[in-house]
Amino acid sequence: MGRFILRRLIVIGPMLLVVVSLTWGLIRLAPGNFYSGEKKLPAAIEKNIREKYGLDKPWYVQYGRMLANTVRGDFGESLKYPGTSVNSILAATLPVSATLGVLAYLLALVVGVTAGTIAALRQNSTADYASMAAAMLGISMPNFVLGPTLVLLFALTWYWLPPARWEGFSTHLILPVLTLSAVYMAYIARLTRSGMLEVLRSNYIRTARAKGLSEREVVVRHALRGGLLPVVSFSGPALAFLISGTVVVERIFALPGLGNYFINANLNRDEPLIIGIVAFMSIAVLVFNLIVDVAYAFFDPRIRY
Amino acid sequence: MAARSTSAASADVPVAGTSLWKDAFRRLRRNRLAVFGFVVVCIIVLASAVGPFIIEHTTGFTYDYIPTDPALVTSLPPFTAPDGSFSWVHPMGTDDAGRDILARVLLGGRISLMVGVISTLVSLVIGLAVGATAGYVGGKVDEAIMRAVDVLYSIPYMMVVIVLLAFFGGRSPIGQLVLLFVALGAVSWLTMARIVRGQVMSLKAQEFVLAARATGVPASKIILRHLVPNALGPVVVYATLTIPSVMLLESFLSFLGLGVQAPLASWGSLAADGIQNLAVFPWQLICPGLTMAVTLFSLNFLGDGLRDALDPQMRKG
Repeated sequence: MGRFILRRLIVIGPMLLVVVSLTWGLIRLAPGNFYSGEKKLPAAIEKNIREKYGLDKPWYVQYGRMLANTVRGDFGESLKYPGTSVNSILAATLPVSATLGVLAYLLALVVGVTAGTIAALRQNSTADYASMAAAMLGISMPNFVLGPTLVLLFALTWYWLPPARWEGFSTHLILPVLTLSAVYMAYIARLTRSGMLEVLRSNYIRTARAKGLSEREVVVRHALRGGLLPVVSFSGPALAFLISGTVVVERIFALPGLGNYFINANLNRDEPLIIGIVAFMSIAVLVFNLIVDVAYAFFDPRIRY
Repeated sequence: MAARSTSAASADVPVAGTSLWKDAFRRLRRNRLAVFGFVVVCIIVLASAVGPFIIEHTTGFTYDYIPTDPALVTSLPPFTAPDGSFSWVHPMGTDDAGRDILARVLLGGRISLMVGVISTLVSLVIGLAVGATAGYVGGKVDEAIMRAVDVLYSIPYMMVVIVLLAFFGGRSPIGQLVLLFVALGAVSWLTMARIVRGQVMSLKAQEFVLAARATGVPASKIILRHLVPNALGPVVVYATLTIPSVMLLESFLSFLGLGVQAPLASWGSLAADGIQNLAVFPWQLICPGLTMAVTLFSLNFLGDGLRDALDPQMRKG
């Protein structure tokens, strides 16, 4: 187990460099650059700026510097926001995105697993159909329809909750977290249901029942561990995606998260910022996938690394 | 899913001589929710296809028709005439510029559905080619391709789409649209490739492939004529479920102003316009949003039903 984790940790480095290189290549292959915006700069000024950021050097020097920056974990200064380092942008936006993402995930997990388990235990009952129809609705309802609808009802009609803005840990979070978690709730409920249905028919559950365990113990101690495996493998990419910012929800609720910066960085061709955010996202994906694999061994004792 | 009990009963009387597809179709028909989804999808496809013509002929509104009378350049609620009385002229109301929202939603439907189908086809072609090659050739090639797929998974699709749109950036709205089809297809083939690879790997170990190889059929022909058709079941299922997910992706892009450009509209861009006036003119968001949700809901039910029908083993319960 220890060796497995170590090996996977070592691979993260090279994988990160590959992803960053591909990103860099894509940015450079695309025509235009940061300076080809609407406002044309005088040639002399553009030359000076290019010199300042080292953009006048040959491509391999620039590429090498970008790799070195990534290895050091310091992505330099943003082009769009001069004097602001990419790291400080990450430090400012990450707490927003992470708070939102983790809360949304936890909510999705609690509701999704509960609904999915009940649906599986009472297969073909009204509760089963109702929760699966609700889950299908959750999957089919775009964020940008659900969010504004919630705002319209809870903020603009009944005045129960604040409609938008980031105010730290407060009631302002309720609507964005609900909006964000709906899809994940739905997926987790579906995955839990199908996973549990499969497990509940397996021999070890029959054994657990046969030795006289209470239904509650059979479900909680035995069935859930196996039945949640699909949820576990879904959770890695989902969490990585959630904490690295979800631009639609950020736009609707005017939240200063990572997702909005990422889209704008792409539109502005703000290369250091793009590289910084992509590097963060890929580390998140790789680390969460590793955690998922480790969690697998806990959930299913038959798995050995 | 309500029809699970009835479709489960049908599985235990296998009729001799029915093909996989015939059998699947029979099971699909018994799944009431899937049939419901199919009917709704058909209605929406039909409405998007012919609806704009009908509206134009009966009321004269097109998706970009702005009334010449300045008194009409205002947002009317659904089923309301300018004087506030009931009227059938604008079943979904009008937007800020006085344009008929129904006409715009139907145009949006055309574009959203087209994106869904065409991008899915693009992802299908790429996924089939890559997955079948990796699965059939195996060894180092397989290893290399699947590693590449893993790496591509961790590149944010949003960035790839933006770069593709910028790289080949056509200036005309239609060129932009075609690009969007390709770009969305190009980012959604990864899972398809994995599914095809898995299928092909299990198929190629079977005798009929060995027989084909023994009689000297070239590898490309074995892949196309023997492996791909046999792997088609799960592929069709996944493709059906890719359509709504690609439509969702497109709507996100258009919502952010990166996808379909004015004067064209898709459901995502209509919702983005509507959200500006949420407090005053909520129908500008609700009408396109609800249409989209209903469509995706039906497509997902249809896809689920198809999966249950084509792959009875996968049906849980």
